Amino acid sequence: MRRLAITLCALLAVLFLASLTLGPARIGPVESLSALFGNDAGPLNLVMREIRFPRALLAVMVGGSLGLAGAAMQGYLRNPLAEPGLIGVSGSAALGAVIAIQTGLAGAFVLALPAFALGGALAGVLLVVALAGPRGSSLTLILAGIAISALAAALTSLVLNLSPNPFAANEIVFWMMGSLADRSMTHVWIALPFMVVGWALLVTLGRGLDALTLGEAAAGALGISLSRLRLTLILGTASVVGAATAVAGAIGFVGLVVPHILRPLVGARPSALLWASALGGAIMLLAADIAVRLILPERDLKLGVVTALVGAPLFLHLIYKTRREMG
Amino acid sequence: MSQALAILRTIAAAACLCAASAWAAADVDAVDVDAAPARVVSMNLCTDQLALMLAAPGQLHSVSYLAVDPRNSALAEEARAHRVNHGRAEEIYLMQPDLVIAGSFTTRATVSMLQRLGVPVEVFEPAYSLEEVRTRILQMGAVLGREAAAQALVEDYDRRLAALRSTVEQRPDAVLYYANGYTSGDKTLAGEILTAAGFDNAAVAAGFSSGGILPLEVLAMLEPDALITSQPYPGASRSEAILDHPVVRKMREGRANGVFTDRDWVCGTPYVLRAIEELGALRHDLQGD
Repeated sequence: MRRLAITLCALLAVLFLASLTLGPARIGPVESLSALFGNDAGPLNLVMREIRFPRALLAVMVGGSLGLAGAAMQGYLRNPLAEPGLIGVSGSAALGAVIAIQTGLAGAFVLALPAFALGGALAGVLLVVALAGPRGSSLTLILAGIAISALAAALTSLVLNLSPNPFAANEIVFWMMGSLADRSMTHVWIALPFMVVGWALLVTLGRGLDALTLGEAAAGALGISLSRLRLTLILGTASVVGAATAVAGAIGFVGLVVPHILRPLVGARPSALLWASALGGAIMLLAADIAVRLILPERDLKLGVVTALVGAPLFLHLIYKTRREMG
Repeated sequence: MSQALAILRTIAAAACLCAASAWAAADVDAVDVDAAPARVVSMNLCTDQLALMLAAPGQLHSVSYLAVDPRNSALAEEARAHRVNHGRAEEIYLMQPDLVIAGSFTTRATVSMLQRLGVPVEVFEPAYSLEEVRTRILQMGAVLGREAAAQALVEDYDRRLAALRSTVEQRPDAVLYYANGYTSGDKTLAGEILTAAGFDNAAVAAGFSSGGILPLEVLAMLEPDALITSQPYPGASRSEAILDHPVVRKMREGRANGVFTDRDWVCGTPYVLRAIEELGALRHDLQGD
């Protein structure tokens, strides 16, 4: 377990440094890293502190949030298919964010953007949990997810198409696929408070989720309040997914792929899977963000494209496996 | 049974074809009798403005909806006196025009539909340079049968452009920056406006001769003397949020910065001269002379 933690942390650090040294302005790695900590007010300093550092930091924050949320939802629903992007939570958060921007509230009050995204995400999680039920059978979970995703995507497109701004309609793809291009420290600051609250809520779930593997009755006997567990999960997930989507758009599959890969490595214990998936999610999104910059440096290739290319085949594999188990 | 159906279908198709060609023939006749079209519909913002400047009274029937928007159009006031169209084949056909003027970026489906219906369509390329502005004016004069007016407009344009193109000893460098981080290099109309106003285009050093996306990092490293950004449209968008990025904000501090209005920049009309004038004033401020 400790070896896994050290490996994940080392991988995260390496990718973080790689992300910082990668960009269209050709600057050497040593030069760029010293500019990050140096104190001259040159353009290099500006590039490092206002463009590359927030981008790498947001990849860690957003990826970690999505990995953590995926692991928590899968632990609670005891279903490996539960993932914020697939079940429509990210899509609902994007709808909330788009409404905040198009009504002008986000311009008037910066925290309106993550707050509205949180509201959207909350509506999404509540709907999914209500529709899928406490035991969350795969079929109802996926069907509920499809319905919520489709509705949220349609409403997001509608709001953007109704905008008087000629650029708004082209942004549908950003909200559906996500990107970290041209973000700034402002975005770090507006997402961070909501994410910190969400992380704090979700990491407390460990003991409850471990107990839940023994069944609901056994968990109750161990003194776990199921209704409190559910409430914490809903609020925590909405908080981290809302904040992540508000600044980076809806990025799918991170919360599916990461827990799936790490589950055998932590002995399938949900509590250990929580922190491992947070680290793993950060690693996956950093890697994806590096990939989009290496594949098409001049264009803003969306992050969701890369995560879906990795995640969708795995999703198909999981569905196949689930069907076999049920059959 | 099926054979009978096929025959019926052929007859119906033939009838349609006949009707369509009769229409077309009637139109050709009309054009032949009277060389200048009497009922002209323009469906592109740039051709709208050229037609508004050159058409004889009553000759221009309709302009596109963009032409009445003062943010995009330098002649919004004048455009309001005309019917507005939204570039849809159906509405334009029902206006019974004897000439339709479209831009080369107008949907191909719409243009070919109108041509199939027998409506004569003239397609205009956008102007990619200050020289091509002259060409477009003369082209518009030719299709409207208003050659003399076009010639006069070109002469006036040439005279004013020559006066504006004063020789500059020290050319500050500038970058044009739009929504989504788009920039224009020197081989574009906007780039030529910048050059004519006495600036060097710093994006050229970064390898942009036509238009393209200039990464924020590269913009910061270029450190141009002036940053000229587009004016945001109403209703927020993520695309325009880049113009409010801390890096762009910091570059505006202590630098000359201009905001351009799309109406004088997007179309190859003599109004580009007004854009050159405004930029020239910005350069004078920057150099303190």
